[in-house]
Amino acid sequence: MSTTQFLFAGFGGQGILFSGKFLAYKGLMEDKNVSWLPSYGPEMRGGTASCSVIISDTPVGSPIVSNPDVLVAMNLPSLDKYEDSVVPGGTIFIDSTLIERKVKRDDVTVHYIPATGLANENGMPTLANMIIAGKILAAMGEFDEDGINAALGKVISARHADKLGLNLKALNLGKEN
Amino acid sequence: MADKVLMKGNEAIAEAAIIAGCKHYFGYPITPQTEIAAYMAKRMPKIGGVFLQAESEIAAINMVYGVAATGHRVMTSSSSPGISLKGEGLSYLAGADLPSLIVNVQRGGPGLGGIQPSQSDYFQATKGGAHGDFHMIVLAPASVQEMADLTVKGFELADKYRMTSMILADGTMGQMMEPVALDYEIAPAPEKPWATVGTKMAREHNIVNSLFLAPEELERVNFERYERYAAIKENETMYEEYMMEDADICVAAFGIAARVAKNAINEARKQGIKVGLIRPITLWPFPEAPFKKAADKVKAVVSVELSMGQMIEDIRLATECKVPVSLCNRAGGMIPSPEQVLEAIKAANNGGAK
Repeated sequence: MSTTQFLFAGFGGQGILFSGKFLAYKGLMEDKNVSWLPSYGPEMRGGTASCSVIISDTPVGSPIVSNPDVLVAMNLPSLDKYEDSVVPGGTIFIDSTLIERKVKRDDVTVHYIPATGLANENGMPTLANMIIAGKILAAMGEFDEDGINAALGKVISARHADKLGLNLKALNLGKEN
Repeated sequence: MADKVLMKGNEAIAEAAIIAGCKHYFGYPITPQTEIAAYMAKRMPKIGGVFLQAESEIAAINMVYGVAATGHRVMTSSSSPGISLKGEGLSYLAGADLPSLIVNVQRGGPGLGGIQPSQSDYFQATKGGAHGDFHMIVLAPASVQEMADLTVKGFELADKYRMTSMILADGTMGQMMEPVALDYEIAPAPEKPWATVGTKMAREHNIVNSLFLAPEELERVNFERYERYAAIKENETMYEEYMMEDADICVAAFGIAARVAKNAINEARKQGIKVGLIRPITLWPFPEAPFKKAADKVKAVVSVELSMGQMIEDIRLATECKVPVSLCNRAGGMIPSPEQVLEAIKAANNGGAK
């Protein structure tokens, strides 16, 4: 009986919505209850985009995540805005290529991943989001390749099927870093 | 179990409509419902249907009138300001007794308002929405699955009673993704002997019209229409009750507000407060019976709304003011938090409700 509330936040274009959808699909394929709610409107165009994802053993009530168990911050404005909202004992994943400062709180677990740097070095400049998703799955002990492949098959359309391998590589990079 | 997929609420409405046999969609883009039009633009040409982006909302609703007169399943969708523009058409559809499905994915108002979620078109949807004596069947989904289910139901009810069904959703419901299974057995649409599809020189002309210059005749069609409305109230009211069996406090909420309310109710129960939820699924007809029943059992009702308090008036009528009814609300695109609802529940439980 558990519920995990995720908040993904970053610039529009960093793939926040995509990695959120990937994790929601992975939950769905494990017969969990899931919800995915994007921010929409002008703030997405250049400002902070965010996405609430809930994965739960019980039916999801409100899909709005105000106090996440897991925060993914892919830019400084997102960390500034949401750091204090994370529940005590929660976890924060940070793209340390783009965010130079450290988390101020000492009651949360923090993972610093140089995701954008790793993505650029490995010829996958648009997949920093999936590197962090790989790190999340590894940290939660849910990095199983079968589930990952099944979920990737759902979120990557047939037209882009050739990108599946690269996404898998990104997830593995996240797991190892 | 059918294979579940993740879909946005807006997309689920569009796909369910196609499954229900809707081959005609007319619309004009507006946030936060544009995904419905986008989905229809992609899918309709592939199934031999019609997607048409009209020059305005007013044009779109009148195209709906035209197709509805031929007896085919037809829909349009918009968001609050766009629905106001469609008002004249809604009244004409009602006056001509034509079936159609209208979707309102509400945003904050009045005026051009904002683009964030709202429930402030409750009055407009449930009390008619334009001039003349008429109602629409108003369906309020609280999950992506219900966005799809109630779309199918809406087409069926529209055909059955020859009137408009409206899906009254909000920006959250439209934008969120949840698992949805779209396996429906669609009953064939009823015969429509009134449809204007050509006489083949074998019958009298059918006339679709809302102009009745003789007041005696116009009165008669109004009385007949309200006999149908009475049958709908009798047979088609839908609601969900959650933990109401032993409740001292009754929360009333629909759509996204009901989702937030459930979180608050679960927390209040942990703290020993006996609280339950009545969630209207049809807003018209309003589920009066469960509220009437609750009025004799609970000590207070809390109406949770994304508006300045609209459904609360129907609750007061249904409970005949036997118990205090308080409002817990946000407006203008803001959503009440579970904590705010919990505080309102506690206040009602302590006798603080007015």
